[in-house]
Amino acid sequence: MSSAPVATRSHASSRSASLPVAPWLLMAPFLFGVILFTLVPLLSSVHLSTRQTFGPEFSTNVGTGNFQFLASDPLFWTALRNTVIFTLGSVLIQLPLSLLLALALNRPNLRGRTFFRVSLFSPVLVGVVFVGMIFAVIFDKRTGLINRALHATIGWDIDFPWLESYIMPSLVIATTWQYVGFNMVYFLAALQNVSAELGEAAMLDGANAWNRFRHVILPAIMPVGTFVVLLSIIGSFQLFELPYILLNGTGGPQNRGLTLVMYLYQTGFQTGDLGYASAIGWVMALILGACAIGQRIISKRGERA
Amino acid sequence: MTALSYAFVLIATLLILTPFVWLIIASFKTNEDFFTSTFLPTNGGIFDIAWDRLTFRNYVEVFNQPNFARALLNSVMLSSVTAVLATLACAMAGYTLALLSFRGRTAVTWLVLAALIIPPPLLIAPGFQVLFELGLLDSLWGLILPAITPAFGVYLFRQSAISSVPKELIEAARLDGCGEIRTFFTIVLPLLRPTVSAFVMITFLGTWNNFLTPQIVMQSPGGFPLSVAIAQLKNTYYQDYGLLMAGTMVSIAPVAALFLIMQRDFVSGLTRGAVKG
Repeated sequence: MSSAPVATRSHASSRSASLPVAPWLLMAPFLFGVILFTLVPLLSSVHLSTRQTFGPEFSTNVGTGNFQFLASDPLFWTALRNTVIFTLGSVLIQLPLSLLLALALNRPNLRGRTFFRVSLFSPVLVGVVFVGMIFAVIFDKRTGLINRALHATIGWDIDFPWLESYIMPSLVIATTWQYVGFNMVYFLAALQNVSAELGEAAMLDGANAWNRFRHVILPAIMPVGTFVVLLSIIGSFQLFELPYILLNGTGGPQNRGLTLVMYLYQTGFQTGDLGYASAIGWVMALILGACAIGQRIISKRGERA
Repeated sequence: MTALSYAFVLIATLLILTPFVWLIIASFKTNEDFFTSTFLPTNGGIFDIAWDRLTFRNYVEVFNQPNFARALLNSVMLSSVTAVLATLACAMAGYTLALLSFRGRTAVTWLVLAALIIPPPLLIAPGFQVLFELGLLDSLWGLILPAITPAFGVYLFRQSAISSVPKELIEAARLDGCGEIRTFFTIVLPLLRPTVSAFVMITFLGTWNNFLTPQIVMQSPGGFPLSVAIAQLKNTYYQDYGLLMAGTMVSIAPVAALFLIMQRDFVSGLTRGAVKG
């Protein structure tokens, strides 16, 4: 077939130019999916957010009514507040722990590194629903592992109501269990950017551990660090399954466990108002967009400094 | 300092593994033993543990629940089909965007990037309405079709094709008269193998563990995957801890097994790619 390479080259290129079918054929499944299930919903969500619907079939126009109602809807503000508290809790507690674990695990002479890494990473493979199942039993009042263990060791209240009054700490604990090792892997990757020479030079100059961390390690892991923070914020904002399972589909006592996506789910699929649910979705998108822009600004500033 | 690090990692690992141990043991205990013992029931046999009181009854009972075996089958079907189709669709599109030149390539690349940054909650309600209009509610296709074209996958395969598929090879195949489609299946796909196995694994896991979408889309219990079925089980048998933990074990075990089998491809690949050594 390639007996006349010079001739076929021009022939081949003219054929690939005259037959642009193949690229589109290869992209057809993706284009079909992204148009039907991403673009169309995205565009229709703009329209949908101006309507009040009764199930997917019937709707009336309410203009900007959904957003006006949202502004004075106490449940929405409760959900937003809970979500923000949860996000702060998981970012401020989980990420430092992930970083500490990465620092501890990054020593080359540590025995059993692979075992520790795989063990710490393993909970992320378990679906959030199943994590919820495990922790529903672990947080249980009289029979749960946590109350039992703490009761036996430090005389902790065996009836401590984790899943009632203390739902937020429970959510943060369960989420930390699931993701601390996952985020650790990001930090482990970032730690490879730390210059060993710079660290040794700092050590020779008599810098203590904190100063070495502050001036050598932290600047080197900053780019990955801000990215991990952004990913955690985005992930935390979408918290749904865990409280759904732990609280049996409700917001819990006084809606202490109600999150934004739970409220979106309740309005859209229990009340049946897809329009109001779309409006909640847009507010979430705007908040997350602002966080992404913030991350870009911070990491740009870090690059310049 | 090293001793301190070691202690810290050891305690953390212990805390991470304890819930798994508790889950496994609880799934083999009778409810009576669940209430009276924290881990294994004591008194009796070797190591003062009552081995003979451990039982498979919870597993038998959970499979006797209506639709539970069906849910396991649904999860296997749903996750496998989604993983295979998504990998094909994303690999085809990613390779095309990376190495074929055609009019409109820039526009499609922008479409991928735009789709990448849309927060999923925004699409929940309007996506449901689209499925309603298409008559796909309460069908497995209503779960599969929207899941097989994640922009993230296309982006992943695009990057992977740029770095591991030599342009010269594609041109040589073209000179030899190999059609574009055949080139993709016989030359490109084998070269993308590491990304293929990682992406199959990620998609399988993601589908297996997904709850919100099947919870919204599926209405008849016969179509529920494990995630939804287990949540229903919890509402019905909230005090039967052994049963619930057995059901959870059945839901986690296949994924754990798959992970162990594909570990070489997945974890070491993931950490080797990100972390040297």
